[in-house]
Amino acid sequence: MKILVCISHVPDTTSKINFTDGDTKFDTNGVQFVINPNDEFGLTRAMWFKEKQGASVDVVNVGGAETEPTLRKALAIGADTAIRVNAEATDGAFVAKQLAKVAQDGGYDLIIAGRESIDYNGGMVPGMLAELIGANFVNTCIGLEVDGSNATATREIDGGKETSTTSLPLVVGGQKGLVEESDLRIPNMRGIMMARKKPLNVVEATDASADSSATKFEKPAPKGAVKLVDAGNLDELVNLLHTEAKVI
Amino acid sequence: MSVLVYTETENGVFKKAAFEVASYAKAVANTLGTTVTAVAFNANSTGDLAAYGADKVLNIKNDQLSDFNAKAYANAIKQAAQKEDAKVVIISSSADSKFLAGLLAIGLNAGYASNVVSAPESASPFTVKRTAFTNKAFSFTEINTDVKLIGLSKNAFGLVEASGAAAEEAFEPSVADSDFGVKTTSVDKATDKVTIADAEVVVSAGRGMKGPENWGMIEELADVLGAATACSKPVSDMGWRPHGEHVGQTGKPVASNLYIAIGISGAIQHLAGINSSKVKVVINNDAEAPFFKAADYGVVGDAFEIVPSLIEKLKQFKAQNA
Ligand SMILES: Cc1cc2nc3c(=O)[nH]c(=O)nc-3n(C[C@H](O)[C@H](O)[C@H](O)COP(=O)(O)OP(=O)(O)OC[C@H]3O[C@@H](n4cnc5c(N)ncnc54)[C@H](O)[C@@H]3O)c2cc1C
Ligand SMILES: Nc1ncnc2c1ncn2[C@@H]1O[C@H](COP(=O)(O)O)[C@@H](O)[C@H]1O
Repeated sequence: MKILVCISHVPDTTSKINFTDGDTKFDTNGVQFVINPNDEFGLTRAMWFKEKQGASVDVVNVGGAETEPTLRKALAIGADTAIRVNAEATDGAFVAKQLAKVAQDGGYDLIIAGRESIDYNGGMVPGMLAELIGANFVNTCIGLEVDGSNATATREIDGGKETSTTSLPLVVGGQKGLVEESDLRIPNMRGIMMARKKPLNVVEATDASADSSATKFEKPAPKGAVKLVDAGNLDELVNLLHTEAKVI
Repeated sequence: MSVLVYTETENGVFKKAAFEVASYAKAVANTLGTTVTAVAFNANSTGDLAAYGADKVLNIKNDQLSDFNAKAYANAIKQAAQKEDAKVVIISSSADSKFLAGLLAIGLNAGYASNVVSAPESASPFTVKRTAFTNKAFSFTEINTDVKLIGLSKNAFGLVEASGAAAEEAFEPSVADSDFGVKTTSVDKATDKVTIADAEVVVSAGRGMKGPENWGMIEELADVLGAATACSKPVSDMGWRPHGEHVGQTGKPVASNLYIAIGISGAIQHLAGINSSKVKVVINNDAEAPFFKAADYGVVGDAFEIVPSLIEKLKQFKAQNA
């Protein structure tokens, strides 16, 4: 089985978000970038397939040279080859078109993306990619088994979960649950050394247009001070929620 | 050239989110000077939609489409959009709508903006405001394609009542076998509980609860409020609560009217996922907990005393206001 894991390079979850150039650009100053958490679950599941069922695992990112450390980290975790499509990831549609080209050229059976990137959190790429290449698709995937060319996938739905059967080629939008948090792998020294020798291929972008562009950013309005209610006076809280906040 | 809105049903009855997207569609249609066509699958009755602005409802009655299937539904909605020559298509932020969104966007050659929080800023260029960086910021996004697909954030626009009648029209999209490459074999869903996605009120608890055996009072509080229960990430990682309850930047987003956080410190990753909730209440025995900076109302004290007492007060309140 040939597996492709799509890796989005995102600010660490503790990052404070700021903008520059008149609020038109994300300020990367001092920001640490990581593998998108949803993709980390997918990558770990891919490693499981590799070890238990035999599979090759490639990782791909659409981005500039600055994303290479993130791809190297994926190689250190155990991916075989990394591919970087050399282009600025302008919008979901543009990225999906680039990934579709990589997916088709490589003839992958299983493509694991994340439910959403935690930066722009579009949740757009996996479905678009599946439709572009005519593969089956399961989103918010929290369980995945593959047997030959058949697959069983569980997805999270509002208030529960749903299990489906499908077949390869398959694209999933994965998240926590694909593997447990405690199974996530941290690259060890040997992995890091080996990653240096693994191929990281840079390919040029195909001609594709973006459907949308972010023209300006804005931070939420600062919050007013909290109203403290005395623990012995909870009637007051109930009253405030009823008459002032009007939520009960 | 009407605005098309996909209005979701559950067992034939419209979800609240359906009325919100219909309200939103009406606002968009007003700016564009056109009408709203809703598309629904196997709705028992479509009359209710008129009260939220739908001018026409395409009710798809087809047994093959009785259960949600992302690909088949996306194809049917696409055909509805083409029939209506819709330039703007609107969907909700439910798990199902987000599932079919990417498929539909490619099918319609439509630029897609998800997590949109308000009516378009301008019609030309078509610009919408959406959340970005997991609710830490907003982005103004311009969509340049002829057809636009908008995913509306939950609880962002609200319900706006309108007067009028909605003409129901039967619509029979063609359904292909190739739409069913993914076949649902089982659904495991608690039907007696409010889901985090639909809840007006969410009661959430963290590591301050000490152990899973102490969740009885959390559930009781949720019960009194008709709320959904949620939890912080470590709580679900430790298996105290199911994964589906994990909220935050890497869990489920919460956009309820009221969010009550009990024994949750308020880490940046937690707050990122819940700060689109309108009103936040924190109960924590550490007055320095960061959550107090993000909350509207706070009680400093021991949850094991406050929660039972709050349950009593709320019961009294309900009895008086029943
Ligand atoms: C990559 C990454 C992603 C993450 N994503 C998420 C996410 O999506 N969601 C999320 O929630 N977290 C997330 N986290 C974890 C986050 O950083 C915090 O560790 C977590 O939110 C803390 O959970 P908590 O508030 O329940 O526990 P703690 O931080 O341990 O806080 C417990 C709180 O309970 C209070 N308390 C203790 N006893 C009592 C009592 N008797 N009465 C009242 N209060 C009491 C304490 O004062 C304290 O404030 C993520 C972390 C990382 C690294
Ligand atoms: N620039 C990118 N390069 C590679 N994969 C990406 C990129 N952007 C998004 N993805 C994949 O698509 C998923 C969803 O991203 P998004 O649609 O941006 O929320 C991510 O979890 C990744 O798996």
